[in-house]
Amino acid sequence: MTLDFSVVTDAWQSLLFGTLGTLFLAFSGMLIAMFIGIAGVVILRMQMWLPSLLVTAFVEIVRNTPFLVQIFFVFFALPLAGIRLNPTMTAVIALGVNGGAYAIEIIRGGVESIPKGQTEAGLALGLHKHEVFRLIVLTPALRAIYPSLSSQFILLTLTTAICTSISAYELTSVGQRIEAETFRSFEVYFTLTGIYLVISLVTMWCLAAIGRWAFSYPQR
Amino acid sequence: MASMIEMQRIEKYYGAFHALKNINLTVAKGEKIVLCGPSGSGKSTLIRCINHLETIKSGEIVVAGHRLNDSQKAVDAVRREVGMVFQQFNLFPHKTVLENCILAPMRVRKLSRSEAEATARKYLERVRIGDQAEKYPAQLSGGQQQRVAIARALCMEPKAMLFDEPTSALDPEMVKEVLDTMVSLARDGMTMICVTHEMGFARQVADRVIFMADGQIIEENDPESFFRAPKHERTRAFLGEILAHH
Repeated sequence: MTLDFSVVTDAWQSLLFGTLGTLFLAFSGMLIAMFIGIAGVVILRMQMWLPSLLVTAFVEIVRNTPFLVQIFFVFFALPLAGIRLNPTMTAVIALGVNGGAYAIEIIRGGVESIPKGQTEAGLALGLHKHEVFRLIVLTPALRAIYPSLSSQFILLTLTTAICTSISAYELTSVGQRIEAETFRSFEVYFTLTGIYLVISLVTMWCLAAIGRWAFSYPQR
Repeated sequence: MASMIEMQRIEKYYGAFHALKNINLTVAKGEKIVLCGPSGSGKSTLIRCINHLETIKSGEIVVAGHRLNDSQKAVDAVRREVGMVFQQFNLFPHKTVLENCILAPMRVRKLSRSEAEATARKYLERVRIGDQAEKYPAQLSGGQQQRVAIARALCMEPKAMLFDEPTSALDPEMVKEVLDTMVSLARDGMTMICVTHEMGFARQVADRVIFMADGQIIEENDPESFFRAPKHERTRAFLGEILAHH
């Protein structure tokens, strides 16, 4: 068997745009996940039974069902609710919602790790509960769980490949198209593997840089 | 003399545990009280009730004319008048010394940043730590952190200060710098309630020393009489314990 990587090099532009598509899905998903994660923890902290129950149910449902099923569900459920989005936007929402459920669990752990004295000091100074959370607890809590959150976000980045199932525009779907046209399966997936590896490493590096910037204060 | 803090018939429970039993305490404006007693006697709980970090089952608390109840409005009013210093400092690690000091004045007292910074620098100077304003808490020693915590509380210009074992978490060589700061605050007429076992401090500044055990006030007196002639057996036993090594 001879290997012919020219089919891959000839398609470099498609692969580049596919990579950008993957990065777009990953970073949009992370932003939504981050938002859902913090919002979920805020709701849990209100300690009202119905909102807490809904958040807990959301977290458990998402964490105990396959992402492939979730993305099909969003893809076919949203139109029923009258919302028509293209596959890429659907993928962003599915990734964000899925990542958000995991983020809620992770961020909640971080918030619980912050000593009670921090909250008490804020309250004693006359700050209200929501101010104490936003201004005093949140940053140290995020710092505490930032490594876990980063690995979760790397996982989210790799999960974007599943979005090919609803024909979202990303690297794996581009690869599948090249393979279908050229039948050079090994060359195509070998290349995809390499590109995903680079995407992961670069994402990891970016997240670490963001972490260093956001949490630059010295730790005791 | 007008009273700054009034506590009447306070009862407090943690579940079935009766933490405070019929506490009656009036603190006059400018008065300095030292609260002492064995651990678990309720002294921290008592001062934490004053700024509503703990809720009471029954009784009445009036602080600087504000009657405390569970409404946010009453709690806000009281907390604006009362500063608190904790055993573990509780500085905010992600904020510089200066940011620690201006946060509440800006958000609660609605000062502008420049006003808040001016106030903060004044009080940081006062606790002799003005040159550390741009540092983070983790870069300071325990004694320095506790002095920042005192300055942070003073930045709200409180009418009374509560100290919850402010020197208990400090290395011995740093206790003095914090006590000196508290003494100078006392000299300036601040109303203070200090939970502490620093009996030298009690002798030096307290108008009254109160001894608590099992959630009750057992004995109170001026420091001279309190140390020289404790009336209650439990007070004598306690003083025997803590003064044995002095």
